Amino acid sequence: MLQWSRMPRSLELLWALIAKDFKVRYKNTALGFLWSLANPLMFAAVFYVVFKHVLVMETPNYLVFLLAGLFPWQMTATTIAAAPAIFVSNAGIVKKVYFPRVLLPLATLGNNLAHFLIVLAVAAPVLVVAGFPPSAAWIVGLPALLLVQMSITLGLALGVATLNVYFRDLEFLTGVLVQLLFFVTPIFYSEAAMPASVRAGLLWNPMYHVITQWRALVMEGRVDGAALGIAAGVGAATLAVGYGVYRSLEARLAEYL
Amino acid sequence: MPSISDAPAVAFRDVVKTYHRHRVAGLKHTLLHLPQVLRERRVAGEFRALDGVSFEVKRGECFGVCGRNGAGKSTMLGLMARVLRPTSGEVRVEGRVAPLLQLGAGFHPELPGRDNVELNGLLLGLTRREVRERFDAIVEFAELREFIDEPMRTYSSGMWARLGFAVAVHTDPEVLLLDEVLAVGDAPFQEKCRAKMQEFRSRAVTMVLVTHSMPEVARLCDRALLLHASKVERLGTPAEVEERYRALVS
Repeated sequence: MLQWSRMPRSLELLWALIAKDFKVRYKNTALGFLWSLANPLMFAAVFYVVFKHVLVMETPNYLVFLLAGLFPWQMTATTIAAAPAIFVSNAGIVKKVYFPRVLLPLATLGNNLAHFLIVLAVAAPVLVVAGFPPSAAWIVGLPALLLVQMSITLGLALGVATLNVYFRDLEFLTGVLVQLLFFVTPIFYSEAAMPASVRAGLLWNPMYHVITQWRALVMEGRVDGAALGIAAGVGAATLAVGYGVYRSLEARLAEYL
Repeated sequence: MPSISDAPAVAFRDVVKTYHRHRVAGLKHTLLHLPQVLRERRVAGEFRALDGVSFEVKRGECFGVCGRNGAGKSTMLGLMARVLRPTSGEVRVEGRVAPLLQLGAGFHPELPGRDNVELNGLLLGLTRREVRERFDAIVEFAELREFIDEPMRTYSSGMWARLGFAVAVHTDPEVLLLDEVLAVGDAPFQEKCRAKMQEFRSRAVTMVLVTHSMPEVARLCDRALLLHASKVERLGTPAEVEERYRALVS
């Protein structure tokens, strides 16, 4: 559990854990840190070629359309894909030393957030050149969307990381579920193109409003208050459930590792 | 001799720790046999690793915990390190605990010793500033000055353990938990560890030493406890405990 009196210490530890992941992530690779940028770009290139030229999507400015959803999506996808290993691969320290274990999933999220912010910083000038300069709505929209998306992501990651200690099967399910979530989120296609019945189904996806609002912010320079409100509710609920799972199973974590 | 105050540094009161014997094996099993799984959890599936254990360790005392494999020693250490929680009863540990269980558990092989010292220090409860202040002393103690910027995967297991020991003893522990770790490094380094422990003794640091080695207990400990079949078999002087242990083993 996080105790307020130990907050400064916990923050220092969190920071060190994030820095560790950063250093380890691209260790011994030739491009090193450039991969944080190259990876989503290569992803985007594949989608661009497939959906612009092979399956022909009739969406104007398809590349911006795609990246506006894909870059934020990757923060969530990478975090959740890494979640099953968070406690399991840190068994050595979880079993031996007492510290707030919630710092481990927080560090994974923090690490992916940092990567996303860097991608964003690099993408911003490109957006300006492409004719999508950031609008005044970014001042509210950017932090709000980040906060909501981080709540959803942390909630899911906490739940997955904790439950995987007890049910190692989750490790194998998570990859498929992230893939599924990707396809039911309007990232490479437009929700407007979907029949009403399908759209109604998509609304159950916790990431739906987050991604559509990222895109509205980037491409139209606005966010929809109602959609953001719903997304915030989803975020709070997801975080509450994920934290609840973590809290109820945390005490026995070291026994099952 | 250091003054030993009355307030116990470690207190176990009627501590019971049970583990689930049939730990849930997987999602498939759980889903397919849900009623059975729930039933088994209630009825058959428990193992008592500690069964009604009570004792106190005074502040500044060096306390030995002995027992054969599976007697419950590791569970006891886990409880003291606050990693495990008792099923019932009460575990109280006063002050900063430095667990020296499996040295260097938190080290990352790809990172240099320098980064790992900082990370390990923070994990053991130091602030970043405290780690920085003690960094030179830690490296000096571990005798790793020239390798400190090399990735730890290039370290020998002895170097790895030395660095772990060095970080742990520089965290100003009030309670030091030692798990068979005195056999670390070569003879000169072991000598240094003993000197450090003497220093801790003179500073009234409480030490709990878990070991199979009876001579070690006799040499270092003020009192000792013998665990057998999850219960306290004997609590007394090292000599008394050793005698009972020999009787049990033979």
